[in-house]
Amino acid sequence: MSSHTPPPVLNEDDCPGFNRGYRLQHDRVREQWVIQAPERALLADPIAVAILQELDGKTRIGTVIDRLAERYEAPREQIATDVLTLLSDLTEKRILRS
Amino acid sequence: MSETPHDGRTDGAGHTPAPMSLLAELTHRCPLSCPYCSNPVELERKAQELGTEDWLRVLEEAAEMGVLQVHFSGGEPMARPDLYTLIAHAHKLNLYTNLITSGVLITPQTMKRLDESGLDHVQLSFQDTDGPEADRLSDFPQVQPRKLEAARLITQAGIPLTLNFVLQKANISRIPAMFTLARQLDAQRVEMAHTQYYGWALKNRAALLPSRTQLEEASRYVAAEEAKGGLAIDYVTPDYYAARPKPCMGGWGQRFLNISPSGHVLPCHAAETIPSLTFDNVRDHALSHIWYHSRAFTLFRGTDWMPEPCASCARKEIDWGGCRCQALALLGDATQTDPVCSLSPHRHLIDDAIAEAEQTQDQTFIYRRMGHRPA
Repeated sequence: MSSHTPPPVLNEDDCPGFNRGYRLQHDRVREQWVIQAPERALLADPIAVAILQELDGKTRIGTVIDRLAERYEAPREQIATDVLTLLSDLTEKRILRS
Repeated sequence: MSETPHDGRTDGAGHTPAPMSLLAELTHRCPLSCPYCSNPVELERKAQELGTEDWLRVLEEAAEMGVLQVHFSGGEPMARPDLYTLIAHAHKLNLYTNLITSGVLITPQTMKRLDESGLDHVQLSFQDTDGPEADRLSDFPQVQPRKLEAARLITQAGIPLTLNFVLQKANISRIPAMFTLARQLDAQRVEMAHTQYYGWALKNRAALLPSRTQLEEASRYVAAEEAKGGLAIDYVTPDYYAARPKPCMGGWGQRFLNISPSGHVLPCHAAETIPSLTFDNVRDHALSHIWYHSRAFTLFRGTDWMPEPCASCARKEIDWGGCRCQALALLGDATQTDPVCSLSPHRHLIDDAIAEAEQTQDQTFIYRRMGHRPA
Protein backbone atom coordinates (compact mmCIF):
# COMPACT_ATOMS: atom_id res chain seq x y z
CA MET A 1 0.00 0.00 0.00
CA SER A 2 1.10 3.55 -0.60
CA SER A 3 2.43 5.46 2.36
CA HIS A 4 0.46 8.67 1.81
CA THR A 5 -3.05 8.94 3.30
CA PRO A 6 -5.64 9.08 0.54
CA PRO A 7 -8.27 11.84 0.70
CA PRO A 8 -11.80 10.74 1.62
CA VAL A 9 -13.41 9.21 -1.43
CA LEU A 10 -16.98 9.30 -0.12
CA ASN A 11 -19.44 12.08 0.67
CA GLU A 12 -22.72 12.20 2.59
CA ASP A 13 -24.80 11.33 -0.48
CA ASP A 14 -23.10 7.96 -1.00
CA CYS A 15 -24.88 4.79 0.10
CA PRO A 16 -22.11 2.27 0.84
CA GLY A 17 -22.52 -1.41 1.58
CA PHE A 18 -20.23 -4.39 1.97
CA ASN A 19 -18.68 -5.87 -1.14
CA ARG A 20 -19.13 -9.58 -1.67
CA GLY A 21 -16.58 -11.48 0.37
CA TYR A 22 -16.70 -9.00 3.26
CA ARG A 23 -19.14 -8.78 6.15
CA LEU A 24 -19.52 -7.68 9.74
CA GLN A 25 -20.03 -10.70 11.97
CA HIS A 26 -20.44 -11.27 15.68
CA ASP A 27 -18.00 -13.85 16.98
CA ARG A 28 -20.03 -15.26 19.85
CA VAL A 29 -17.31 -17.61 21.09
CA ARG A 30 -14.84 -14.75 21.67
CA GLU A 31 -17.54 -12.15 22.31
CA GLN A 32 -16.26 -9.66 19.76
CA TRP A 33 -17.13 -8.27 16.34
CA VAL A 34 -15.03 -8.99 13.28
CA ILE A 35 -15.01 -7.99 9.64
CA GLN A 36 -14.73 -11.21 7.69
CA ALA A 37 -12.42 -10.70 4.72
CA PRO A 38 -10.43 -12.85 2.29
CA GLU A 39 -8.17 -15.11 4.36
CA ARG A 40 -8.34 -12.95 7.49
CA ALA A 41 -10.73 -11.57 10.07
CA LEU A 42 -10.26 -7.96 11.13
CA LEU A 43 -11.19 -7.02 14.67
CA ALA A 44 -13.79 -4.22 14.62
CA ASP A 45 -13.75 -1.68 17.45
CA PRO A 46 -17.08 -0.54 19.00
CA ILE A 47 -17.18 2.72 16.99
CA ALA A 48 -16.63 0.86 13.72
CA VAL A 49 -19.31 -1.67 14.69
CA ALA A 50 -21.84 1.10 15.41
CA ILE A 51 -21.18 2.67 12.00
CA LEU A 52 -21.02 -0.52 9.95
CA GLN A 53 -24.25 -1.91 11.43
CA GLU A 54 -26.07 1.04 9.82
CA LEU A 55 -24.96 0.16 6.28
CA ASP A 56 -27.29 -1.61 3.88
CA GLY A 57 -26.21 -0.24 0.50
CA LYS A 58 -29.31 2.00 0.33
CA THR A 59 -29.01 4.40 3.26
CA ARG A 60 -27.21 7.73 2.69
CA ILE A 61 -24.13 8.35 4.80
CA GLY A 62 -25.74 11.65 5.84
CA THR A 63 -28.64 9.70 7.36
CA VAL A 64 -26.23 7.38 9.17
CA ILE A 65 -24.44 10.42 10.66
CA ASP A 66 -27.75 11.94 11.80
CA ARG A 67 -28.76 8.72 13.53
CA LEU A 68 -25.44 8.25 15.30
CA ALA A 69 -25.26 11.92 16.37
CA GLU A 70 -28.69 11.52 17.93
CA ARG A 71 -28.02 8.16 19.53
CA TYR A 72 -24.71 9.18 21.09
CA GLU A 73 -25.70 12.80 21.71
CA ALA A 74 -22.45 13.91 20.08
CA PRO A 75 -21.67 16.91 17.83
CA ARG A 76 -22.68 16.06 14.27
CA GLU A 77 -19.46 17.47 12.83
CA GLN A 78 -17.32 15.11 14.90
CA ILE A 79 -19.45 12.07 14.02
CA ALA A 80 -19.33 13.04 10.35
CA THR A 81 -15.53 13.10 10.41
CA ASP A 82 -15.33 9.66 12.07
CA VAL A 83 -17.88 8.13 9.72
CA LEU A 84 -16.45 9.54 6.47
CA THR A 85 -12.88 8.67 7.47
CA LEU A 86 -13.74 5.05 8.31
CA LEU A 87 -16.01 4.44 5.32
CA SER A 88 -13.58 6.07 2.89
CA ASP A 89 -10.76 3.94 4.22
CA LEU A 90 -12.79 0.74 3.90
CA THR A 91 -13.91 1.73 0.39
CA GLU A 92 -10.30 2.35 -0.59
CA LYS A 93 -9.56 -1.19 0.62
CA ARG A 94 -12.47 -2.54 -1.45
CA ILE A 95 -14.19 -3.81 1.70
CA LEU A 96 -17.11 -1.47 0.93
CA ARG A 97 -18.63 -0.29 -2.34
CA SER A 98 -20.31 3.06 -2.66
CA MET B 1 -8.77 -2.20 13.76
CA SER B 2 -6.19 -4.88 14.21
CA GLU B 3 -5.60 -8.04 12.22
CA THR B 4 -5.50 -10.40 15.16
CA PRO B 5 -8.73 -10.97 17.00
CA HIS B 6 -8.29 -12.06 20.59
CA ASP B 7 -8.57 -15.73 21.28
CA GLY B 8 -11.29 -16.29 23.79
CA ARG B 9 -12.56 -19.48 25.26
CA THR B 10 -10.37 -21.76 27.29
CA ASP B 11 -12.72 -24.73 27.74
CA GLY B 12 -11.32 -25.44 31.17
CA ALA B 13 -8.15 -26.82 29.58
CA GLY B 14 -5.81 -24.04 30.74
CA HIS B 15 -5.30 -21.20 28.29
CA THR B 16 -5.98 -23.02 25.10
CA PRO B 17 -7.56 -20.66 22.60
CA ALA B 18 -10.36 -21.72 20.30
CA PRO B 19 -9.34 -22.34 16.68
CA MET B 20 -9.89 -19.48 14.18
CA SER B 21 -9.40 -21.28 10.93
CA LEU B 22 -10.00 -24.72 9.40
CA LEU B 23 -8.20 -26.04 6.34
CA ALA B 24 -10.47 -28.73 4.93
CA GLU B 25 -8.43 -30.88 2.57
CA LEU B 26 -11.31 -32.60 0.83
CA THR B 27 -9.20 -34.81 -1.40
CA HIS B 28 -5.61 -35.42 -2.44
CA ARG B 29 -6.73 -36.08 -6.02
CA CYS B 30 -5.56 -33.39 -8.45
CA PRO B 31 -5.11 -33.18 -12.21
CA LEU B 32 -1.86 -31.28 -11.70
CA SER B 33 1.47 -32.71 -10.50
CA CYS B 34 3.40 -29.71 -9.17
CA PRO B 35 6.77 -30.71 -7.71
CA TYR B 36 6.29 -28.39 -4.71
CA CYS B 37 2.82 -29.62 -3.74
CA SER B 38 2.11 -29.14 -0.02
CA ASN B 39 0.32 -32.47 0.24
CA PRO B 40 2.21 -35.33 1.91
CA VAL B 41 4.41 -37.62 -0.16
CA GLU B 42 2.11 -40.52 0.71
CA LEU B 43 -1.17 -39.31 -0.77
CA GLU B 44 -4.52 -40.58 0.45
CA ARG B 45 -6.75 -42.31 -2.08
CA LYS B 46 -10.37 -41.73 -2.99
CA ALA B 47 -11.57 -44.83 -1.10
CA GLN B 48 -10.16 -43.39 2.15
CA GLU B 49 -11.92 -40.03 1.84
CA LEU B 50 -14.54 -38.82 4.31
CA GLY B 51 -18.12 -38.88 3.07
CA THR B 52 -20.42 -35.89 2.72
CA GLU B 53 -22.22 -36.53 6.02
CA ASP B 54 -18.94 -36.59 7.95
CA TRP B 55 -17.87 -33.25 6.47
CA LEU B 56 -21.26 -31.65 7.17
CA ARG B 57 -20.99 -32.67 10.81
CA VAL B 58 -17.38 -31.47 11.05
CA LEU B 59 -18.39 -28.05 9.70
CA GLU B 60 -21.07 -27.78 12.38
CA GLU B 61 -18.61 -28.73 15.11
CA ALA B 62 -16.05 -26.24 13.79
CA ALA B 63 -18.55 -23.37 13.80
CA GLU B 64 -19.64 -24.31 17.29
CA MET B 65 -16.05 -24.23 18.55
CA GLY B 66 -15.38 -20.74 17.20
CA VAL B 67 -13.84 -21.34 13.78
CA LEU B 68 -14.52 -18.25 11.64
CA GLN B 69 -13.12 -19.26 8.27
CA VAL B 70 -13.08 -22.53 6.32
CA HIS B 71 -10.62 -23.01 3.50
CA PHE B 72 -11.74 -25.76 1.13
CA SER B 73 -8.59 -27.17 -0.34
CA GLY B 74 -7.03 -30.37 -1.64
CA GLY B 75 -5.55 -31.69 -3.91
CA GLU B 76 -8.14 -30.12 -6.13
CA PRO B 77 -11.30 -29.62 -4.02
CA MET B 78 -13.40 -29.30 -7.17
CA ALA B 79 -12.76 -33.00 -7.80
CA ARG B 80 -15.36 -33.61 -5.05
CA PRO B 81 -18.90 -33.50 -6.48
CA ASP B 82 -20.29 -32.58 -3.03
CA LEU B 83 -18.16 -29.42 -2.80
CA TYR B 84 -21.19 -27.20 -3.47
CA THR B 85 -23.20 -28.90 -0.70
CA LEU B 86 -20.34 -28.36 1.75
CA ILE B 87 -19.88 -24.69 0.82
CA ALA B 88 -23.62 -24.04 1.13
CA HIS B 89 -23.68 -25.71 4.55
CA ALA B 90 -20.68 -23.72 5.79
CA HIS B 91 -22.29 -20.54 4.46
CA LYS B 92 -25.49 -21.33 6.34
CA LEU B 93 -23.40 -21.76 9.52
CA ASN B 94 -22.01 -18.24 8.96
CA LEU B 95 -18.52 -19.60 8.30
CA TYR B 96 -16.46 -17.60 5.82
CA THR B 97 -15.92 -19.87 2.82
CA ASN B 98 -12.72 -19.79 0.80
CA LEU B 99 -11.97 -22.06 -2.15
CA ILE B 100 -8.30 -22.83 -2.81
CA THR B 101 -8.14 -24.16 -6.34
CA SER B 102 -5.99 -24.68 -9.42
CA GLY B 103 -8.95 -23.44 -11.45
CA VAL B 104 -8.72 -26.13 -14.11
CA LEU B 105 -12.17 -27.51 -13.30
CA ILE B 106 -13.88 -24.10 -13.31
CA THR B 107 -16.34 -23.81 -16.20
CA PRO B 108 -19.37 -21.53 -16.64
CA GLN B 109 -21.50 -24.37 -15.20
CA THR B 110 -19.37 -25.11 -12.12
CA MET B 111 -18.85 -21.39 -11.52
CA LYS B 112 -22.60 -20.88 -11.42
CA ARG B 113 -22.90 -23.59 -8.77
CA LEU B 114 -20.08 -22.10 -6.68
CA ASP B 115 -21.75 -18.69 -6.91
CA GLU B 116 -25.15 -20.06 -5.89
CA SER B 117 -23.66 -21.96 -2.94
CA GLY B 118 -22.65 -18.62 -1.40
CA LEU B 119 -18.89 -18.84 -1.81
CA ASP B 120 -17.12 -15.83 -0.26
CA HIS B 121 -13.69 -15.90 -1.90
CA VAL B 122 -11.44 -17.82 -4.29
CA GLN B 123 -7.70 -18.28 -4.09
CA LEU B 124 -6.48 -19.28 -7.53
CA SER B 125 -2.99 -20.76 -7.82
CA PHE B 126 -0.56 -19.96 -10.62
CA GLN B 127 2.76 -21.56 -11.50
CA ASP B 128 3.96 -18.68 -13.68
CA THR B 129 2.86 -16.03 -16.18
CA ASP B 130 4.62 -17.91 -18.97
CA GLY B 131 2.38 -20.59 -20.53
CA PRO B 132 5.00 -23.23 -21.39
CA GLU B 133 6.62 -22.79 -17.97
CA ALA B 134 3.25 -23.24 -16.24
CA ASP B 135 2.75 -26.44 -18.25
CA ARG B 136 6.19 -27.70 -17.30
CA LEU B 137 5.73 -27.01 -13.56
CA SER B 138 2.21 -28.45 -13.33
CA ASP B 139 2.88 -31.26 -15.83
CA PHE B 140 -0.51 -30.42 -17.34
CA PRO B 141 -0.83 -29.33 -20.99
CA GLN B 142 -2.25 -25.88 -21.73
CA VAL B 143 -2.88 -25.13 -18.08
CA GLN B 144 -2.52 -21.34 -18.31
CA PRO B 145 -5.49 -20.61 -20.64
CA ARG B 146 -7.73 -22.56 -18.27
CA LYS B 147 -6.56 -20.57 -15.27
CA LEU B 148 -7.04 -17.27 -17.08
CA GLU B 149 -10.56 -18.31 -18.05
CA ALA B 150 -11.24 -19.35 -14.43
CA ALA B 151 -10.09 -15.95 -13.18
CA ARG B 152 -12.38 -14.23 -15.67
CA LEU B 153 -15.38 -16.30 -14.56
CA ILE B 154 -14.67 -15.67 -10.86
CA THR B 155 -14.46 -11.89 -11.18
CA GLN B 156 -17.44 -11.88 -13.55
CA ALA B 157 -19.45 -13.57 -10.78
CA GLY B 158 -18.35 -10.75 -8.45
CA ILE B 159 -16.45 -13.05 -6.10
CA PRO B 160 -13.22 -11.54 -4.70
CA LEU B 161 -10.14 -13.20 -6.10
CA THR B 162 -6.65 -13.79 -4.71
CA LEU B 163 -3.93 -14.98 -7.05
CA ASN B 164 -1.31 -17.21 -5.46
CA PHE B 165 2.01 -17.44 -7.28
CA VAL B 166 4.43 -20.05 -5.99
CA LEU B 167 7.92 -18.59 -6.29
CA GLN B 168 10.95 -20.67 -7.19
CA LYS B 169 14.26 -20.01 -8.89
CA ALA B 170 12.91 -20.18 -12.47
CA ASN B 171 10.12 -17.60 -12.13
CA ILE B 172 11.51 -14.88 -9.81
CA SER B 173 12.39 -12.66 -12.77
CA ARG B 174 8.73 -12.63 -13.85
CA ILE B 175 7.36 -11.22 -10.57
CA PRO B 176 6.63 -7.84 -12.24
CA ALA B 177 4.61 -9.67 -14.91
CA MET B 178 2.75 -11.53 -12.15
CA PHE B 179 1.66 -8.23 -10.61
CA THR B 180 0.63 -6.93 -14.03
CA LEU B 181 -1.48 -10.05 -14.56
CA ALA B 182 -3.08 -9.67 -11.10
CA ARG B 183 -4.15 -6.12 -11.94
CA GLN B 184 -5.38 -7.13 -15.41
CA LEU B 185 -7.52 -9.87 -13.86
CA ASP B 186 -8.83 -7.41 -11.23
CA ALA B 187 -7.60 -9.56 -8.33
CA GLN B 188 -7.97 -7.94 -4.93
CA ARG B 189 -5.02 -9.70 -3.43
CA VAL B 190 -1.93 -11.43 -4.60
CA GLU B 191 0.15 -13.86 -2.60
CA MET B 192 3.78 -14.09 -3.62
CA ALA B 193 4.44 -17.36 -1.85
CA HIS B 194 7.99 -18.62 -1.73
CA THR B 195 8.05 -22.40 -1.92
CA GLN B 196 8.18 -24.00 1.51
CA TYR B 197 10.46 -26.98 1.67
CA TYR B 198 8.50 -29.92 3.02
CA GLY B 199 7.40 -33.17 1.40
CA TRP B 200 7.51 -32.88 -2.37
CA ALA B 201 9.29 -29.52 -2.37
CA LEU B 202 12.01 -30.85 -0.06
CA LYS B 203 12.66 -33.63 -2.58
CA ASN B 204 13.06 -30.95 -5.26
CA ARG B 205 14.77 -28.32 -3.12
CA ALA B 206 18.01 -28.00 -5.08
CA ALA B 207 16.00 -27.43 -8.26
CA LEU B 208 13.63 -24.86 -6.70
CA LEU B 209 15.38 -22.81 -4.02
CA PRO B 210 16.35 -19.32 -5.28
CA SER B 211 19.72 -17.74 -4.51
CA ARG B 212 20.17 -14.84 -2.10
CA THR B 213 20.63 -12.51 -5.08
CA GLN B 214 17.32 -13.71 -6.51
CA LEU B 215 15.65 -13.29 -3.14
CA GLU B 216 16.81 -9.66 -2.98
CA GLU B 217 15.54 -9.19 -6.54
CA ALA B 218 12.12 -10.55 -5.47
CA SER B 219 11.94 -8.26 -2.45
CA ARG B 220 12.74 -5.23 -4.65
CA TYR B 221 9.93 -6.10 -7.09
CA VAL B 222 7.46 -6.46 -4.22
CA ALA B 223 8.47 -3.15 -2.62
CA ALA B 224 8.12 -1.36 -5.98
CA GLU B 225 4.63 -2.78 -6.48
CA GLU B 226 3.52 -1.96 -2.93
CA ALA B 227 4.48 1.67 -3.58
CA LYS B 228 1.93 1.83 -6.41
CA GLY B 229 -0.98 0.94 -4.07
CA GLY B 230 -4.37 -0.50 -4.99
CA LEU B 231 -3.41 -4.17 -4.70
CA ALA B 232 -3.09 -6.07 -1.41
CA ILE B 233 0.16 -8.03 -1.48
CA ASP B 234 1.05 -10.89 0.83
CA TYR B 235 4.77 -11.49 0.82
CA VAL B 236 6.90 -13.07 3.51
CA THR B 237 10.67 -13.45 3.41
CA PRO B 238 11.26 -17.20 3.14
CA ASP B 239 12.55 -18.72 6.35
CA TYR B 240 15.73 -20.07 4.71
CA TYR B 241 16.84 -16.46 4.29
CA ALA B 242 15.62 -15.17 7.66
CA ALA B 243 17.57 -15.03 10.91
CA ARG B 244 14.62 -16.22 12.98
CA PRO B 245 12.12 -18.98 12.22
CA LYS B 246 8.57 -18.37 11.08
CA PRO B 247 5.92 -18.66 13.82
CA CYS B 248 4.51 -21.67 12.08
CA MET B 249 0.68 -21.66 12.07
CA GLY B 250 0.83 -18.86 14.66
CA GLY B 251 1.93 -21.48 17.17
CA TRP B 252 1.16 -25.20 17.29
CA GLY B 253 -2.52 -25.75 18.07
CA GLN B 254 -3.13 -22.05 18.75
CA ARG B 255 -5.25 -20.85 15.82
CA PHE B 256 -5.35 -23.37 13.04
CA LEU B 257 -6.44 -26.90 12.34
CA ASN B 258 -6.25 -29.04 9.26
CA ILE B 259 -8.38 -32.05 8.40
CA SER B 260 -6.93 -34.52 5.91
CA PRO B 261 -9.10 -36.20 3.24
CA SER B 262 -9.48 -39.31 5.40
CA GLY B 263 -10.45 -37.28 8.49
CA HIS B 264 -7.23 -37.01 10.47
CA VAL B 265 -7.03 -33.77 12.42
CA LEU B 266 -3.63 -32.10 12.17
CA PRO B 267 -2.04 -28.98 13.69
CA CYS B 268 -0.55 -28.22 10.24
CA HIS B 269 -0.70 -29.83 6.83
CA ALA B 270 2.78 -31.39 7.16
CA ALA B 271 2.34 -32.77 10.68
CA GLU B 272 1.81 -36.33 9.51
CA THR B 273 5.49 -36.45 8.61
CA ILE B 274 6.30 -36.63 12.34
CA PRO B 275 6.50 -40.39 12.98
CA SER B 276 6.14 -40.20 16.77
CA LEU B 277 2.70 -38.60 16.47
CA THR B 278 -0.60 -40.33 15.89
CA PHE B 279 -3.60 -38.31 14.79
CA ASP B 280 -7.16 -38.73 15.94
CA ASN B 281 -9.87 -38.98 13.33
CA VAL B 282 -13.17 -37.09 13.14
CA ARG B 283 -14.83 -40.46 12.50
CA ASP B 284 -13.94 -41.46 16.09
CA HIS B 285 -13.87 -38.27 18.17
CA ALA B 286 -15.52 -34.88 18.42
CA LEU B 287 -13.45 -32.11 16.86
CA SER B 288 -13.33 -30.14 20.14
CA HIS B 289 -12.03 -33.17 22.03
CA ILE B 290 -9.23 -33.56 19.47
CA TRP B 291 -8.36 -29.83 19.57
CA TYR B 292 -8.28 -29.48 23.36
CA HIS B 293 -7.14 -32.90 24.52
CA SER B 294 -5.45 -35.07 21.87
CA ARG B 295 -1.74 -35.67 22.27
CA ALA B 296 -1.00 -34.47 18.73
CA PHE B 297 -2.28 -31.00 19.68
CA THR B 298 -1.08 -30.77 23.29
CA LEU B 299 2.45 -32.07 22.70
CA PHE B 300 3.90 -28.88 21.16
CA ARG B 301 1.25 -26.40 22.28
CA GLY B 302 2.65 -23.49 24.31
CA THR B 303 6.27 -23.38 25.45
CA ASP B 304 6.75 -26.21 27.99
CA TRP B 305 8.13 -28.62 25.39
CA MET B 306 10.91 -26.27 24.25
CA PRO B 307 14.59 -27.15 24.36
CA GLU B 308 17.39 -24.57 24.44
CA PRO B 309 18.03 -22.16 22.79
CA CYS B 310 14.22 -21.64 22.61
CA ALA B 311 13.42 -22.15 26.30
CA SER B 312 15.35 -19.06 27.45
CA CYS B 313 14.71 -17.01 24.29
CA ALA B 314 12.87 -13.68 24.56
CA ARG B 315 11.10 -14.51 21.30
CA LYS B 316 9.70 -17.86 22.40
CA GLU B 317 6.10 -16.64 22.30
CA ILE B 318 6.73 -14.84 19.00
CA ASP B 319 8.41 -17.61 17.01
CA TRP B 320 6.97 -20.55 19.01
CA GLY B 321 10.18 -22.46 18.31
CA GLY B 322 9.57 -22.29 14.56
CA CYS B 323 8.34 -25.27 12.65
CA ARG B 324 8.21 -28.75 14.21
CA CYS B 325 7.93 -30.42 10.81
CA GLN B 326 11.05 -28.65 9.57
CA ALA B 327 12.99 -29.76 12.66
CA LEU B 328 11.83 -33.30 11.97
CA ALA B 329 12.52 -33.20 8.24
CA LEU B 330 16.00 -31.74 8.54
CA LEU B 331 17.18 -33.02 11.94
CA GLY B 332 15.12 -36.17 12.37
CA ASP B 333 13.81 -34.79 15.68
CA ALA B 334 10.64 -32.72 15.93
CA THR B 335 11.50 -31.49 19.44
CA GLN B 336 14.57 -29.50 18.35
CA THR B 337 14.73 -25.77 17.60
CA ASP B 338 13.86 -25.10 13.96
CA PRO B 339 17.26 -25.23 12.20
CA VAL B 340 16.56 -22.08 10.17
CA CYS B 341 17.09 -20.08 13.39
CA SER B 342 20.57 -18.54 13.49
CA LEU B 343 20.73 -19.62 17.15
CA SER B 344 20.29 -23.28 16.19
CA PRO B 345 23.51 -25.33 16.28
CA HIS B 346 22.32 -26.86 12.99
CA ARG B 347 21.84 -23.67 10.94
CA HIS B 348 24.71 -24.79 8.68
CA LEU B 349 22.33 -27.38 7.14
CA ILE B 350 20.29 -24.52 5.71
CA ASP B 351 23.34 -22.67 4.43
CA ASP B 352 24.57 -25.89 2.82
CA ALA B 353 21.20 -26.33 1.09
CA ILE B 354 21.35 -22.76 -0.23
CA ALA B 355 24.87 -23.41 -1.58
CA GLU B 356 23.79 -26.69 -3.19
CA ALA B 357 20.80 -25.04 -4.89
CA GLU B 358 23.01 -22.26 -6.21
CA GLN B 359 25.20 -24.86 -7.93
CA THR B 360 22.21 -26.71 -9.40
CA GLN B 361 21.45 -25.24 -12.79
CA ASP B 362 18.99 -27.59 -14.49
CA GLN B 363 15.50 -28.20 -13.12
CA THR B 364 14.84 -31.92 -13.11
CA PHE B 365 11.77 -32.57 -10.99
CA ILE B 366 10.28 -35.43 -9.04
CA TYR B 367 6.63 -34.72 -9.80
CA ARG B 368 3.83 -35.25 -7.32
CA ARG B 369 2.24 -38.65 -7.99
CA MET B 370 -0.14 -41.02 -6.25
CA GLY B 371 1.53 -44.23 -5.14
CA HIS B 372 4.95 -42.65 -4.70
CA ARG B 373 6.78 -44.29 -1.84
CA PRO B 374 9.41 -42.42 0.12
CA ALA B 375 12.94 -43.62 -0.59
